[in-house]
Parts: sequence; C-alpha cells; structure tokens
Amino acid sequence: MNLDEIGARLSKELGASVTRQEDVGDPSLCVPSTHWKQACLLCRDLEALDFRFLRSLCGVDRPEAGSLELVAHLWSYRLRHALVLRTRAPRDAAELPSLSSVWPAANWHEREAAELLGFRFLDHPDPRHLILPEGWEGHPLRKDYRQGKTALGIPTVRPGYEPEGAAS
Amino acid sequence: MTPIVERGPEGSVAVGPLDQLLNLARKNSLWYLLFGTACCAIELMQTGGPRTDADRFGMVFRSTPRQADVLILAGTITYKMASRIKLLHDQMAEPRYVIAMGSCACTGGLFQDSYAVVKGGDLFLPVDIYIPGCPPRPEALVEGLMLIQQKIEREPVLKNAWSQS
Amino acid sequence: MSDVVELFPDREQLVLNMGPHHPATHGVLRFVLHTDGEIMSRAVPDIGYLHRGLEKLAEGQTYAGYLPFTDRINYLEAMFCNQVYAMAVERLLAVSLPPRAEYLRMIACELNRLANHQISLGCIAMDLGAFTPFVYLVRERETINDLMEALCGNRLTHHYLRIGGVAFDVDDAWLGRLAGFLDHFEPVIDEFDSLITYNEILIQRMANVAVICGEDAVAFGLVGPNLRASGVDWDLRRDLPYSAYGEVEFDVPVGQGQIGTVGDCLERFIVRVAEMRQSCRILRQCLAKLPAGDIQAKVPRLIKPPKGEVYAAVEGARGELGVYLISDGSNKPYRLKWRTGSFAGLSIIEHISRGLMIADLVAVIATLDVIAPETDR
Repeated sequence: MNLDEIGARLSKELGASVTRQEDVGDPSLCVPSTHWKQACLLCRDLEALDFRFLRSLCGVDRPEAGSLELVAHLWSYRLRHALVLRTRAPRDAAELPSLSSVWPAANWHEREAAELLGFRFLDHPDPRHLILPEGWEGHPLRKDYRQGKTALGIPTVRPGYEPEGAAS
Repeated sequence: MTPIVERGPEGSVAVGPLDQLLNLARKNSLWYLLFGTACCAIELMQTGGPRTDADRFGMVFRSTPRQADVLILAGTITYKMASRIKLLHDQMAEPRYVIAMGSCACTGGLFQDSYAVVKGGDLFLPVDIYIPGCPPRPEALVEGLMLIQQKIEREPVLKNAWSQS
Repeated sequence: MSDVVELFPDREQLVLNMGPHHPATHGVLRFVLHTDGEIMSRAVPDIGYLHRGLEKLAEGQTYAGYLPFTDRINYLEAMFCNQVYAMAVERLLAVSLPPRAEYLRMIACELNRLANHQISLGCIAMDLGAFTPFVYLVRERETINDLMEALCGNRLTHHYLRIGGVAFDVDDAWLGRLAGFLDHFEPVIDEFDSLITYNEILIQRMANVAVICGEDAVAFGLVGPNLRASGVDWDLRRDLPYSAYGEVEFDVPVGQGQIGTVGDCLERFIVRVAEMRQSCRILRQCLAKLPAGDIQAKVPRLIKPPKGEVYAAVEGARGELGVYLISDGSNKPYRLKWRTGSFAGLSIIEHISRGLMIADLVAVIATLDVIAPETDR
C-alpha cells in the first residue's frame, strides 16, 4: 500500500484527520497525539498494514513550533512496505501514551526519548533513566540545553580549550 | 648504576643496589587490568595478540584490580563510568600506575563538545603516561609500556611512601 | 534445561552486580542479576557507560565534518557506519555514485564484516572458556588491519568513505593482496569450524539456550544475524538492494536448527560463521567485476541539503544499521538518530533471561553480539 492509501485507511478507522507531511526525502503521516496509541495499534493489527517491526522511535525538538515530535519508523516484513508516523506534543507538557504494549521494542526507545528530550510516557513499565547517569539534570538533546561548569564533580571543559560558540 | 651480572659455574649472580634489583623485577612483570571502554580497547586486545605480543614483556591481563599493577585507560571515559573507574583504581594495590591510552583518555579526544564525556582521565585520576593516537597503533602502546618501564626503573623503592609501613 | 528446573519465587533472591567492568561483558555493560544463586529470575541491563552524546554532537558539526564521528558509533564495523551516514546525506542531496565507488564501498564493507565476525566469534569462544579460537582469529584480523591501513591509513576507525564516494583509490597491488588474503582465509574458516563449532562443550553450552522465536525477534526489533538465526529470512542486501549488492550473488544463511533449536545461541553462532563464507564469496566477485572510473561523485564543497528528512539503512555486521537524518537547510544536521542492532539486542535480554543460569547469560550476551558503543551512542 502506498502512503496515501495508508493515510486514508487510518483516517477512516480512527475517525480523526491524518495529514501527510512532505519535504524532500521520505514523506510521513502526522497523527494527532490524542489518537497516537490507537493509530499504532491499527498499524500493527490491520491485515492490510501488518507493521510488526518498529524500526526506530525518535524524538525531535522543535523549539520554534513549541512542540516535541515523536517519529516512528515502521516496516512490515510480510507486505514489504514502510511507514513513517509522527505526532506532536507541547514542549512543556509532552505526555504521550506508551507504545510498550504495542511493540516491546518501543520500551527502550521511549526511555531514551524521555530522558534526552523530556517526554513523559504514560503507563510505561519502567520509566527510569537509561543512558544518562543518575542525577543528571536537564534534557541534553533539547536545543537550549547548556551544561554547567562541572558535572558529577568533574570539570566539563578541558582547561585551555575554548569552544567556539556555546559549549553543548 | 646498572646491576653487574657475574656468571660462574654454579649460576649467575647479579650485584647492584637493592632498588635497582627490585625495579628490574617489578618492571618486567607488570600486570595490566583487562579494562577498556571503546575503540582503544580493541587495539589493546590486538596488542596482546600474536603479532605484537605484550606477553613477552611480562604483561598479562588480569580481570580483577586486586591483581593488577597498571590500569590502562583505553577508550572514552564518560561521566557515568568515571566513578566506577575511580573505584577500580582505588582497589588496586600500590604501587599502581595509570596509562592514558588514546586521545579520549588523554584529553577527551574529538568529543570536546560532548556533554557526557570526561575530558581526560587526569581530571580525576593521577595519570603517569599519556599515549596519543586515535587509536594508537600497537607499536605506540608498546612504546608507552617501555616508557612506564623506564619510569619504574628510576623509582626509589625503599624510600617510597607505600613501602614504608 | 531451564524448563526442567523450577523457580522458587518465595525464596530469597540475591541481587548480584555484573559489570560494568567484567571480562565477559562486551564493553562496558552492566547487568543486575536477581538470582537465587545460580538460576536467574531476571537480568536487568544497565547501559549508558559509553554514552558519548554522538547524536547531539551531530548538531554542532558540518555534514562532512561528522563523518569521523560515525566511525566511533561502532568501531568494529566502522565502514558500515560511514556508509549509512553517507547514504543518508546522498539521498537528501540526490547524488548518485559512480560504479567504481560503489564497488569499493562494497569491498571495504565486506572486509569489515569479516573483521567484525572474527572478533565476535573469537569473543564468543573466549567467553565460554576457549581462548585459542580467539587468538587464531585475531591473527587473521591483523591481516585485514594491514589491508585497511594500506587502503586508508588507519587500522581501526577508518573514515574511508566520503559523502559522494570514497576517499582513496586502490591499485592492482592492493587487489592482489586482497586476493591472497582470501586464498589464505577461506581454509582458515574451515579450520575454525573444525576446531570449535562442533565441539561438544560448545554445543552443550549453547544449544537450546535462550531460544528466541521469530515473532519475538521481530517484535523486539532484533535484526541481522540474530533475526536470521530465529528463522526470519531477511537481509537488506538482498531484499532492498542498495549500493551494488544487486549485481553480486550470495546466499543468506538462516537458522535451520540442525543442532539444537532455531533461535538458540548455537544458531546465532553458526549463522555468523556461514556469513563469513558468504562475505568471502562477495569479495571475490567484487574483485572480478571492479569497474574503472571515478571514485567520487560531484558533491558541492559546502554541503547544504534541502529541508527534509530521510531514513537510510544498511545491513551491517550486527544487522540493520539505520540513520534518521533531518535537515533544516543549513550546513549542519538538525537531528540525527542512529538505529542500531545492539540496542534491540540488549533490550531483549531482560525478557529471555528468566530461568537461565548465570553462565548461560554469558553465552546469550556473546551470541547476541551486543556492543556498548552501539547501544549507548
């Protein structure tokens, strides 16, 4: 199925508008965040879609739009088609339902997105830090993240190195 | 003064200052901790492999810090790992040495702008030898090991703090 | 074996720490084991000890300037990491490569796959106690390191690929050395097979241990040899051909379950040995078919792709290595996300470690071929 057919099918099943987003490169479908989990369940369960493989779940910071985006790349081994699904949530209160019950692969991707970007995934089975040390403050992958002079007791900049622009 | 070796019919006798004899034994039997975080660890493994054999210098890897003399910081050090490396270093018995292998362990390497990388092992550990390279060739690592052997040769054993009880 | 032993949930559980410094974890990985002494009820992975912020670093580097960083994503398969990033940028720029560049990329990547499997298989054997196969394979790997050094100047983190092609050309002398290496190495694979693959102890320790069925493998996102050992016949090189893989013939080994079950540790081992043979076959065909021509396409000096996003994937030695790249029209990436096989491989360990013994966990980690830099990025 191509993207327009998938978009039409999802719109019909969800009862919500699924818009197509396209720049150069891969086009994607944008789903409202209220229907995020249902859309993903449909993608997995509908016979015509059968997206069993969650390739990646990536968070993107869009400060000028005031939102955080979550982009899922899906693939179906049986039907050999791909889908890029995205949703947006407000930057200060980015709460989305967890997809761990839909694809177990989403578990760790969501933990990483939560700690690096500041998402909150409701009903996540294990919402601890994954790759950042305990006690890390801030969300490093946000565009306005600035690090202090020391982290966990060790200086963050090598004495004698002056970074051009702001050190991230 | 290098030790004088006299060879007789019943065996050889080495005569020299006690410091030097002890250092001769110590430097030719440095056991390194099997520790590596990133790419330099692979070059460390290759150095212990058949071509550039570190075993001929008396260097074998030990998995536990209690049996190790030298900690080779091979690879990038992150903030999460730094406290654990400090623990490993503290568990090693003196005399212990630290070699910073590779750019990341020396100064943070190419990760200067990274928020999660410690910019050099010497920010929290006392480093004896720095080996630059990304990753350093096995020959460069062997040169670093030769340098630490030379450093040990010059140490006054009997006057050191760790040998006085 | 683990289905015969009962778990006693009401008995006191020991919590043991394994790592991050441990001789059998591949790199700095930590596991917290809940065990009653030998049988585990859970093994919880704790990662992040090699998190270097490579995704954030991309936002501060130019497109071409980020290529050396891609080597460090997974230093054992550095060529694949270079290739997938270069492919993503080339798709955004809509640049197509000259055929010689594609073949040179394929040669470099398949050599890298051989080098990677040599370390993986050697480490599997070493973790289970057999040190000799590791030393044999490390010796062979030295020859590949020499070839790489003659090719691009570095033994490990190669940075051989550039956006639009490759950096250096090869001459007949190098190709002759590669042919000589292949003549020498193919019998070594057979020697390795006879030395270790059918060894009774290895079979006892790996057959029927930690069976992952095909649906679980897909649901947890396993890729590469792990997925194929679970019976799913999928290889990006054959099924979604990229580069020049459509022009060479090779088989894709899938787990058959001849000794043990499909999806157990032994299958993952056997699939990797078979992949080494197929890589040699691909290399021989590339040597025969290498076309003449340019090694670099015309790419603008200042790379500024148009606004857009792309997902590119290659079949690396650990499976599908993917890059999701978002460009905002400037000369630096807006967002770069790496999708790696080890991330998924490590996430399944908590699920399959119920009822395993601690010694089995070592076999599981080794055969899933997880490596810390890929997991933590």
